[in-house]
Amino acid sequence: MELVSPADFAKDAVQAVQDYTLLAVRSVGNLFRPPRYVADIVYQADLIGVGSLPIVVLTGLSIGAELALNSANTLQRFGSLSLIGQLVSVGMVRELGPIITGLMVAGRNASGMASELGSMLVTEQIDAMRALGTDPMKKLVTPRVAATVFMLFFLTIISDLLGLFGGALISTLLYHMDWHQYWSTAWQILVFQDVFMGLLKPVLFGFVIATIGCYYGLTARGGTQGVGRATTQAVVASSVLILVVDLLVTKLLMTIFAYQ
Amino acid sequence: MAAPPSVTTERLSGTQPSASSLVVFEDVALAFEGTPVLKGISFHLAKGETKAIFGVAGSGKSTILKLTLGLLKPDAGRIYVLGEEISQRKEEDLFELRRRIGMVFQESALFDSLTVRENVAFRLLEEGNVTEEEVDQPVREALSFVELENTVDMFPSELSGGMRRRVAIARAMITHPELMLYDSPTGGLDPVTATTIIELIIKQRDVFKTSSLLVTHRLQDAFIMATHYFDRRRNRMQPLPPGTRSEVPMGFLILRDGKIIFDGGLGELVHTQDEYIREYIS
Repeated sequence: MELVSPADFAKDAVQAVQDYTLLAVRSVGNLFRPPRYVADIVYQADLIGVGSLPIVVLTGLSIGAELALNSANTLQRFGSLSLIGQLVSVGMVRELGPIITGLMVAGRNASGMASELGSMLVTEQIDAMRALGTDPMKKLVTPRVAATVFMLFFLTIISDLLGLFGGALISTLLYHMDWHQYWSTAWQILVFQDVFMGLLKPVLFGFVIATIGCYYGLTARGGTQGVGRATTQAVVASSVLILVVDLLVTKLLMTIFAYQ
Repeated sequence: MAAPPSVTTERLSGTQPSASSLVVFEDVALAFEGTPVLKGISFHLAKGETKAIFGVAGSGKSTILKLTLGLLKPDAGRIYVLGEEISQRKEEDLFELRRRIGMVFQESALFDSLTVRENVAFRLLEEGNVTEEEVDQPVREALSFVELENTVDMFPSELSGGMRRRVAIARAMITHPELMLYDSPTGGLDPVTATTIIELIIKQRDVFKTSSLLVTHRLQDAFIMATHYFDRRRNRMQPLPPGTRSEVPMGFLILRDGKIIFDGGLGELVHTQDEYIREYIS
């Protein structure tokens, strides 16, 4: 393996951050500059949103059920089983719903974007697009970013609801809780801050997933092997960034909303 | 027999750039990661001229085409294309100019998720506000030009290598650009298919009077271009009558180690005393 000097490594890292920032800024700026590729946004929304629905349904349902299963045991010891609806509700809406959905969509779509754009790059299709007078940033990147942000928002809501439903199934079928009591406590515990936090996160995660996927795709080097590498890096980087952004946003919003 | 094309341009090769030059390179240099690829390249392409660019692999032939299109930016020097200075122009300011240029890539670079029709119509569809009829007519004409009318609903993966090149030519020429750039259009093709592609390039040159830069490894491609014209009545290329070859607007550019070592016409090329060039063309 070729050794890289610290100076070159630092330069490459700064260059990568600069390139990523430019891509991210332009992907948003292009929304306000014609031409706008509405049909491409709808197509990507179908691909990303509807395509990810089965995996989001499955994970949302099972995470909610597992959360209820695990916490019921502890709550039962303190005679507080009735709190299970509240626990599942807050856990799913504030944290688990957004992050699990984000990670699932990252695994499925950041890799897809990186491999698709990477393949287009190494087969000169990106250059061909530029040569034909079309801006690949507008045609390829902006629709993916817009569609991912939009669809992840709704996928997270679906995941939250299914998580609550999974928790309700466990609570009523295994622990014989009253169905209405579960739902009313789950609903009553939620305050504006919880819902705001739970719905802001998917917007940020969607942006991270799409921009990272597109960035790694458009910077792929070294033929098919390079595309494979870019795909892996896109999944790893977007997953790590989702966790980092989640931590920062949670802390920031807890400070702003003065959570106890 | 239809008459060979009359020469309407000045004597083209080796002259100074003029107002009619479509492409002008002035002392252009470019390096990739510290390795010089082009060193002080200067040449011009006159209106109506076809210039064939030769050189061994890695000599910077394709780089010249990418610089002409603004896909790469030079480290030094100036580039003028269709009368506009593009050397350091921003990417978003180049799209308008690129719509006046057609490029055929080395491996065709067709969009593999689009059909032949969508590939060929890409430029028209991107311009927007066009009806189905407004797209279908030029697509049919372009595919008819390359004799592939029956592939309209096929995907690039269903086509042979030669057919893909022909679709790439149709895609590049659908809006009748003023300048065509061909990057090894016959690379990797069998001799018969390669000749078909060259015939299409001659057809494009003689029917639409398009200027072009042609990068190729095959010397015979450029010789065919310099010695043939397209007979529209017979719908095929024909050898030029003796004595008219020097009138074909065809130039040759040979690169070696990032520098131009020859820029001239067919006559000068075959009579050169340069040992490297003689060995190259032998």
